[in-house]
Amino acid sequence: MSPQEDRPVPDNAEPKDDGGGSPTRRQARATARQDEVRQENEVETAGGEIPPPAAPVSAASRTTDEASEASLLERVMTGNALVAFLSVVLSLIIGGLLIALTDPEVARTSSYFLGRPQDLLGAAWSAASGAYIALFQGSIINFEADSFSRMIYPLTQTLTVATPLICAGLGVALAFRAGLFNIGAQGQILIGATFAAWVGFTLHLPVGLHLLLVILAGVVGGALWGGLVGLLKARTGAHEVILTIMFNYIATNLVLYLLTTPGFQRPGSTNPISPQLDSTAVYPLLLGSQFRLHWGFVVAVVATVFVWWLLNRSTVGFELRAVGANPSAARTAGINVNRGYMVAMAVAGGLAGLAGVAQVAGTERVLTSGVAASFGFDAITVALLGRSSPWGTFAAGLLFGAFRAGGVTMQASTGTSIDIVLVVQSLIVLFIAAPPLIRALFRLPAPGAPRSQRRGRSTNRTSASTGAAA
Amino acid sequence: MSTATASAPTTPGSPPEEQGVRSWKNPIILSVLSVIALLVFAIGAPANDVTFRLSEQGDAIVLPPIVVSGPLIGWIAALVLLALAVLAVLFTRAGRRIPVWLLALFSVVFLIAFLTWVVGSARTPNVALYGLLAGSVTLAVPLIFGSLSGVLCERSGVVNIAIEGQLLFGAFAAAVAGSLTGNAFVGLLAAAVAGVLVSLVLAVFSIRYVVNQVIVGVVLNVLVSGLTGFLYSAVLTSDSQRWNSPPRLPVIEIPVLADIPVIGPILFEQTIVGYLMYVAVAVIYVALYHSRWGLRTRAVGEHPKAADTLGVNVNRMRFTNVLLAGVVAGVGGSFFTLVAVSGFNRDMTAGQGYIALAALIFGRWNPIGAFFAALLFGFATNLSNVLSLLGTPVPDQFLRMLPYVVTVFAVAGLVGRSRAPGASGIPYIKG
Repeated sequence: MSPQEDRPVPDNAEPKDDGGGSPTRRQARATARQDEVRQENEVETAGGEIPPPAAPVSAASRTTDEASEASLLERVMTGNALVAFLSVVLSLIIGGLLIALTDPEVARTSSYFLGRPQDLLGAAWSAASGAYIALFQGSIINFEADSFSRMIYPLTQTLTVATPLICAGLGVALAFRAGLFNIGAQGQILIGATFAAWVGFTLHLPVGLHLLLVILAGVVGGALWGGLVGLLKARTGAHEVILTIMFNYIATNLVLYLLTTPGFQRPGSTNPISPQLDSTAVYPLLLGSQFRLHWGFVVAVVATVFVWWLLNRSTVGFELRAVGANPSAARTAGINVNRGYMVAMAVAGGLAGLAGVAQVAGTERVLTSGVAASFGFDAITVALLGRSSPWGTFAAGLLFGAFRAGGVTMQASTGTSIDIVLVVQSLIVLFIAAPPLIRALFRLPAPGAPRSQRRGRSTNRTSASTGAAA
Repeated sequence: MSTATASAPTTPGSPPEEQGVRSWKNPIILSVLSVIALLVFAIGAPANDVTFRLSEQGDAIVLPPIVVSGPLIGWIAALVLLALAVLAVLFTRAGRRIPVWLLALFSVVFLIAFLTWVVGSARTPNVALYGLLAGSVTLAVPLIFGSLSGVLCERSGVVNIAIEGQLLFGAFAAAVAGSLTGNAFVGLLAAAVAGVLVSLVLAVFSIRYVVNQVIVGVVLNVLVSGLTGFLYSAVLTSDSQRWNSPPRLPVIEIPVLADIPVIGPILFEQTIVGYLMYVAVAVIYVALYHSRWGLRTRAVGEHPKAADTLGVNVNRMRFTNVLLAGVVAGVGGSFFTLVAVSGFNRDMTAGQGYIALAALIFGRWNPIGAFFAALLFGFATNLSNVLSLLGTPVPDQFLRMLPYVVTVFAVAGLVGRSRAPGASGIPYIKG
């Protein structure tokens, strides 16, 4: 599912001629027209609004149609999957170069590079490959372990870390689809976690009911925090990017304050930390006590299915997508755009709240102001990488979960800072967002470009216009 | 009240812009705030006197401190605020817009009342006003540079979320270059270059490859945070003497002028970054509204098609403006490592870029407006620092929340509906 498909502007309305002509030109023109449409919207809706971001770009929908007639190889060459794969590879290469460049051994051998260049290259290779092997062993399979359970332990760690990423990522993605840029997942996670934790350690209820209430409280907390942004945007036209950023800071300080009050602070402690959640309030472990993977992951899968259903099969979801694609058109069609904003932000907040639940009732089991780590911000990149589709977000969440889980191992075993993971992640998103760049770098054919012209034409020109189309 | 009613008729008849649609938002907000003022600042006023010191003992010109009575100021302010709120309600009922002076007066009185109340409630009800103001300006310097960078970008139609990244990379480059050369001015230059590098990526991806600008901005922030964090732990910490001990920029005191009480230290006792800040605000304001470049920039940002029709190369204009914005933000970033503290630390900009973005919107995409908005943030931050030293009854966390709450109120419409440049965020494709 790509957001492109939902745009009411008829992308492929014009007759195609694959044989000759210049489809790219036409695409560019179509885009310009699309752009005009968007601009007109802007004039109407303008009022303290940066235009609703037309959710992450993709060339997918455009290409699938045209490529269906092309050969399989061509489809692979111009397809999205290849671009995604190459983006990951390229980002890893750049990350590897960074690791190698900053390695002390590499610096030492570079002093006699001209004398024995193989030393430098060897050192660089071992630095980069060592880090990446550690990353892999920390995130997928540790093939040096002696038992099977130790071997797959990293994989379960990945799934554990991916759980909040997926939940929060879904929230960001859903808001994207409604044309809202939700940077506030961080605050929504925190507030959701606070609500959930409070229910978790204050109420003492039987097994089952307690956890259910904890989950519910987390969702409600996040939904309130997100919905407030939606309400403000709908009522006053304030821009949601600013609002969500501010609400992140407010949430952090609010939680810090609450953790100094008797209702939240652990008795006898002077640190801002809450009591432990009751054992009835936490997610049961999914695979037994030797793994940290908990039922929150299953909840994340259910959430993904829910978001998929909501967006693609429900009236509400249709309205949200219509609002995201073109608010004026949606308004003309009788959709209550303001209600759409509120619903989208509330649901997005609720999903982020679920991530908060995964943290307090899953891994941390206690509320601190750092309980959200940086999941809220990572969720943005997750949603971008997943192109705002539920299952894409799910996959991206798994990938970033792997990076994060593996990064910890990598830092411990090779001393490579976990920050490199941030670099690689952001590069991946950047490259995937600009397919023309990847195509130009790897000399791939542009989708829809006629075969004869492909070679002679300057790759840049072609890719620029398709990029525009994307 | 008397001044308010006296000047009310003289205000120019507000344009019947919102005729038919009466917005009760502002009167409601003002009423709520004035009731809060009555309850907290007046009824809950501290019984003691509050001292605002205007100058230090050793200054050339020593002004006597201002000593006011807490309850007196509290009651006066609360009554004035209530009167203003009533006036706002009357204006709205008459179908007229609330004039700007009313909002301004309301804010100033509210601020004075709040300051009196909060300082008065502290353990030591005595504060150095000059230090409070000078500290605010200092803290606002990176914010002002950041929001100027945003002004340059957004006025030409490119949303710049990457201010945070520009500041952070500028800070990093300034620290490294300053340490390696031992010269703070080289660090300043390197900061500008670093800002341009971030801008270059933003420009290439958002203008050349037409990727959604907000996405590029967000991702760039993560990229810079990761990159500087990685280099910090891999390189800078290994030999911090060599890599991460930049010299500080010297404070340049302008003789005589720096001795003026209160405003002297603010205006004439700054580092070169501080002076550059004033210059940048003035230059960008004048250039934007009184030069050919400015007219073209605004045209490109409001209606690129029209600008293109008249022969302006839209995308080139945007490209150069984004790069220019990188210079401005980069210099702002150098503040962190060359002025505030000596040396780089992981994620040391701590979200200031986002605050700058808020200041930009708060200031209605205008350099002067952004300047004052950033000052307000600097003031709020500094106030919370000073007050936590004085020991106030207000929890520290709420004071830290203050700038953000103010922003929410501001963007939610207290300052009026701010309108972004028409084409901001929309890529331009010629055709």
